[in-house]
Amino acid sequence: MVQWNGLSKPLYTRGFVIRVLVKSILLFLLANLVFAVTTPLPLLGSLSLYNRLLPGRARLPYGENPAQSYNLSLMSLEAMFASHEIARPKAADEFRVLLLGDSATWGILLRPEETLSGVLNAGGYTTEDGRRLHFYNIAHPIMALSKDLLLLDYAMRCEPDMVIWLFTAESFPRQQQLYPPLVQHNAAALRPLIANYDLDIDASDGRLVNFSFWDNTLIGRRRDLADMLRLQLYGFAFAATGIDQYYPPTYTPRSNDLPADDTWYSFTPAHTLTSQDLSFDVLDAGITRAGNIPVLLVNEPIFIANGENSDIRYNAWYPRWAYDAYRALIAAPAQAGDWLLFDTWNAIAPEHFTDSPVHLDAQGTRAFAAILLPLILQNAR
Amino acid sequence: MDLWYIAVFALGALLYSALLPARWRGWALLGASIVAVYRLQPPSPVRYVDFILPTVTLLLCLFVWWLARAPQQKATRADGITLAVIAALVVGLSLTRYLIPELRPTASRAPDTLVIVVALGALAAVGALLWRLLRGWRSLLTAGIGLIGLLFVVLKTEALATILSAALRDFAGQDPTRANAADLTWLGFSYVAFRLIHTLRERQMSKLPTLGLRDYMTYVIFFPALTAGPIDRAERFVKDMGTLAETRLFAAPRLVEGGGRIAVGLLKKFVLADSLALFALNTANAEQAVSAPALWLLLYAYALRLFFDFSGYSDIAIGIGLWLGVRLPENFDRPYLKSNLAAFWQSWHITLSSWLRFYVFSPLSRALLMRKVPAAAAVFAAQMLTMALIGLWHGVSWGFVVWGLWHGAGLFAHKLWSDRTRKAYLRLGQYPRLKTVWTLTGSALTFHYVVLGWVWFALPDITQGARVFGRLFGLP
Repeated sequence: MVQWNGLSKPLYTRGFVIRVLVKSILLFLLANLVFAVTTPLPLLGSLSLYNRLLPGRARLPYGENPAQSYNLSLMSLEAMFASHEIARPKAADEFRVLLLGDSATWGILLRPEETLSGVLNAGGYTTEDGRRLHFYNIAHPIMALSKDLLLLDYAMRCEPDMVIWLFTAESFPRQQQLYPPLVQHNAAALRPLIANYDLDIDASDGRLVNFSFWDNTLIGRRRDLADMLRLQLYGFAFAATGIDQYYPPTYTPRSNDLPADDTWYSFTPAHTLTSQDLSFDVLDAGITRAGNIPVLLVNEPIFIANGENSDIRYNAWYPRWAYDAYRALIAAPAQAGDWLLFDTWNAIAPEHFTDSPVHLDAQGTRAFAAILLPLILQNAR
Repeated sequence: MDLWYIAVFALGALLYSALLPARWRGWALLGASIVAVYRLQPPSPVRYVDFILPTVTLLLCLFVWWLARAPQQKATRADGITLAVIAALVVGLSLTRYLIPELRPTASRAPDTLVIVVALGALAAVGALLWRLLRGWRSLLTAGIGLIGLLFVVLKTEALATILSAALRDFAGQDPTRANAADLTWLGFSYVAFRLIHTLRERQMSKLPTLGLRDYMTYVIFFPALTAGPIDRAERFVKDMGTLAETRLFAAPRLVEGGGRIAVGLLKKFVLADSLALFALNTANAEQAVSAPALWLLLYAYALRLFFDFSGYSDIAIGIGLWLGVRLPENFDRPYLKSNLAAFWQSWHITLSSWLRFYVFSPLSRALLMRKVPAAAAVFAAQMLTMALIGLWHGVSWGFVVWGLWHGAGLFAHKLWSDRTRKAYLRLGQYPRLKTVWTLTGSALTFHYVVLGWVWFALPDITQGARVFGRLFGLP
């Protein structure tokens, strides 16, 4: 066939084969060397079809079953943000509000328009001076303030006008701060934050991933490259369906009957929490990093059980004493730092929680948005 | 075939061409193909079925070889050695049941070797008896085709395959209520069946050359082409087998051509097709698509994915075949660029469509014409039946039937159109630009006709297919 003439017609010699093999090997080695020396992954991550050929995603990439969610978890902050609608240029009349948080804010089991940012955007609110409020969901479904700080630090280049940082006690324990893989794989971005804000996080912790020369070759970073490519390809399925999360037909609801266990991590009523055990310094660093734009801190609603052992625990995550201690402890730095802290822990009725003590259903999210709205409008200047 | 198998096959082919003494090549191909039949067979939850199915493949080949022999052909010493080699390999593979699972070449633990030996002995006895009883029976070849066709129908019909699986589960002492058609996934059977029927039909027409058992077995189960074709013709394949010992395999032109085809195949399959698969149309995303353009996007991705996937595998098979000394036939020739549907089918899965043209379309249309059926009606009926059969080959479901009929109708419409416009088309030779526009328009129309047909192929549920078809044109 004509299309294969290039392979079959010329009379190739053994020398030709050897030359091709040698050149191929050399080119391969050279490409790896150049890749390791130039470390172009951040640049490659920022190249994206999203917001150009494809619509930007309403929330950061995250997904454990990509084939069904048309979404995947990856470690490149550049690629994550480049795929998000926040990467679009800021309009002159736009008032950008970042929503920072965990899976509750990201919106597990919720469609993009049902999330907190989706509900707030649907309201079409404006500031007093007429700028359109646009809420950007840059939450990521893992609980650690360090991860939030990392995302906030990156998002500051997107010119936000306000930050709403939603959290719960689970994001605070010191030992949790280096747990998220996103944090571990972005040690190069985290270490300056640790140094600049004097955070009580061990910058030499073994969990932080240090990339050697070999790790930085094409072979070493093939997983990252493949993830970046897959994120672009899944963008077509996302654009065609609007789906960025797998919605199971059923799920296990948060339990109302609880074990008679009063421990929280290694803490017990006898060995109680102190402010040293919780990462308030990371929260403070975030506020400082945001500069002179308002940062609204929101202790997000939790499910309050009324079943078995609910006198000991609020829910599957929190013994009552631990959560009460957390709320009491956060009040002190909030007052000292003049933080805009809003405690909405019991603001939503229990029937609006879905599969975890912090995940809200669409109705619960609308109710929560209604509670936050006056606070947002009041501070949106 | 995943990347590892391809790497192992390619490396094996290189070592074979570089190091193996020429006289052993034929035997090496047979041995490797037999091991591959067992190795590539996916595991089945029904006990021993993943060993039994490859064994039945070999037995079927033996049986059909015996049926398709030339009338005066005597079994030779080489045939006896081949039989012994096959038996030794099957027994040898069953002995791997004593190895740790990671080292076994079979999908799961093989049955007891003694049982295998007794079963093979019993089958040999039955075979010898049949040899005596059935010798000279004229309808044997037709019966053979019927038997393979019946097996095909059972395997491709979900309800029948489930019943068979339940019976096998019952026999194996397993719960028959958990039977599933997928229990009987029989790797390569579709292609094996086409090759077997081809040899039976050629024997009926007295066109099949004399084939030794070794060459015949290798032809049917040639491992590079076992899972996805191409479907070679026996007389062509044995020519290559005949010159295998004299062919200089480890030579630059052959290495470049084979290597190039493998490289292009890998690119098509593992880069392009697998990337397109992430957003190609399927039963789930067909329901999720938010608009008609979104559906078109998914459908285009499906069409391209299918082409790159299938033609990529063909390229890899052809490339490995070249390194092994067998030039398999081409299976694709830029089908999406063709300017009419007939040309599309002469360039898409060429070996299958040729097979069906030889053995279904031509004899059927001839038979209808001889019965004084009007020519147009005969062509229409033959085309519709042939294309419906191609559809059913992919699986017995209404979606595949509709896909086949869609193409049958398209081919007939094209015939009517080309008959009426032939003169005008010939005159176009004087107007090159107009001819280019004509050709480009034809290519675009053909491509979209084929693409629309894939809806029924991708969504075998006909209700869903109809709904998606409507939505592509903006219907609710």
